[in-house]
Amino acid sequence: MNLDALLPNLGEWLRGTGPDSDIILSTRIRLARNLADLPFTNRADPPQKAAVVRRVRDALAKVRLPYTLEYHDLATLSPLDRQFLVERQLISPELATHQGPCGVAFDPQESVSIMVNEEDHLRLQVLRSGFALEEAWQEINQLDDALEAYLPFAFHPQFGYLTACPTNVGTGLRASVMLHLPALNLTRQLERTLRAIQKIQLTVRGLHGERSHALGDLYQISNQVTLGKSEQRILHELREVIHIILDSERQARQLLLQEQRQIEQNRVARALGALGSATLITAEETMELLSVVRLGIHLKLVDNIPTTVVNQLFIQCQAAHLQKILGHTLDGEERNVARARFLKDRLRQLGPQLS
Amino acid sequence: MKCQFCHNPATIHLTDIIQGHKREMHLCDRCARERKLLPAPGGAPLNLKALLQLLLQAVRNKEGGAEGAACPHCGQSYERLKVEGRLGCAADYVQFQTMLEPLLERIHRATQHRGKRPRWAQRHNELQQLRQQLQQAVATEDYELAARLRDRIRQMERDVEGTWR
Repeated sequence: MNLDALLPNLGEWLRGTGPDSDIILSTRIRLARNLADLPFTNRADPPQKAAVVRRVRDALAKVRLPYTLEYHDLATLSPLDRQFLVERQLISPELATHQGPCGVAFDPQESVSIMVNEEDHLRLQVLRSGFALEEAWQEINQLDDALEAYLPFAFHPQFGYLTACPTNVGTGLRASVMLHLPALNLTRQLERTLRAIQKIQLTVRGLHGERSHALGDLYQISNQVTLGKSEQRILHELREVIHIILDSERQARQLLLQEQRQIEQNRVARALGALGSATLITAEETMELLSVVRLGIHLKLVDNIPTTVVNQLFIQCQAAHLQKILGHTLDGEERNVARARFLKDRLRQLGPQLS
Repeated sequence: MKCQFCHNPATIHLTDIIQGHKREMHLCDRCARERKLLPAPGGAPLNLKALLQLLLQAVRNKEGGAEGAACPHCGQSYERLKVEGRLGCAADYVQFQTMLEPLLERIHRATQHRGKRPRWAQRHNELQQLRQQLQQAVATEDYELAARLRDRIRQMERDVEGTWR
């Protein structure tokens, strides 16, 4: 399959639908699993890694699922295509740079994916638009059950599912919710909120996971503990905290509307202006400006731009997407020029007017 | 936190710092008394010598084990595990169990899995219970029951083997 076929699609996580999608972009759950009889990826030699790939692909050929998972060998993909998959949240930045046999299988909806030979032999992942922890869990639990019939997962009665890193052992489950929190940031409540979250054994990260900083007011909140609690318990605790954050972001948004409507209106208008008239713009700046527009849409300060368009621009302005859309590779500065031109064209087509 | 010797809840926590290296011991009341770390009621005062020996022994076990006890399956050593923070294979969890438990306690505040189990692990549990019942049946000369249990065990063993084919 040519990955370019994915280009016109938004991918599950940017669909912009689902519960609480005014604040929550997506819900993701991943399960870390390893084959019991082969060394973990960090100690496996190339033939052993190839054996993992072969066995996972065999299992995928036999397993019965309500969707098809197509396997992509990363060794056959260009660095640009690998980056493209990272931007679509289908693989991690770590897998993109992995040496040796590895790959990813995913469904046409880009909702279910399995990374092979990441830090663990298998990283199952389910993405859902909006706030959907329970649905995502049901889906991934079924996938895990189905694969388990063909693959001997490493499991220990005391330690649970065994993983390369002791921070994942037990359930191997990491559930993360991606939130757009511009109002908490503007009202200077964000830092305090995030500090409190870290105290209760949850992790806050930026858009692209570990070691990434928050861009465009996007935050991923996930569970830290994987051992000693059931999957349901982990999800319940995360859900409770997310509800509290949802409430405070909504309150902060109301406060902005009541106390500084004019200022916000001005910010949105300027953001749209900059997006539509810049001749050179970085991906980071684009994300910051789109964050302002996204908030503007939800505060009803701008009316004829749907959230899906913001999501589209958001993904299309990422480096690999932009280069694939334009059909050729570009270096940093060329990219910034091309991005500005692309945004200008797209916004002209929309002709946004402020309400 | 559990006692390092018997897994009862630890009530006594000892920490020493030697040349910037922190070492910890966690014991329950009984194990601490057995090792003469606590004054027996009405008895001798705190035995400092025993305490020091115990801490040093723990250190020696850890460091000595690092050289000698690399994992026979993947070659991972405790030294490298400490540096890389990654285990090399499933067997490492058994190989380095005593060193891992305090680490898991720190990361997760738990050392016992409470989530989902693969179906084979559930069956493994059942099999173990059946084998125990079989032993008991034989011991009490209830051969009719023993025969039934034996047949069920055989059937389950066949099922388990068939799972991954």
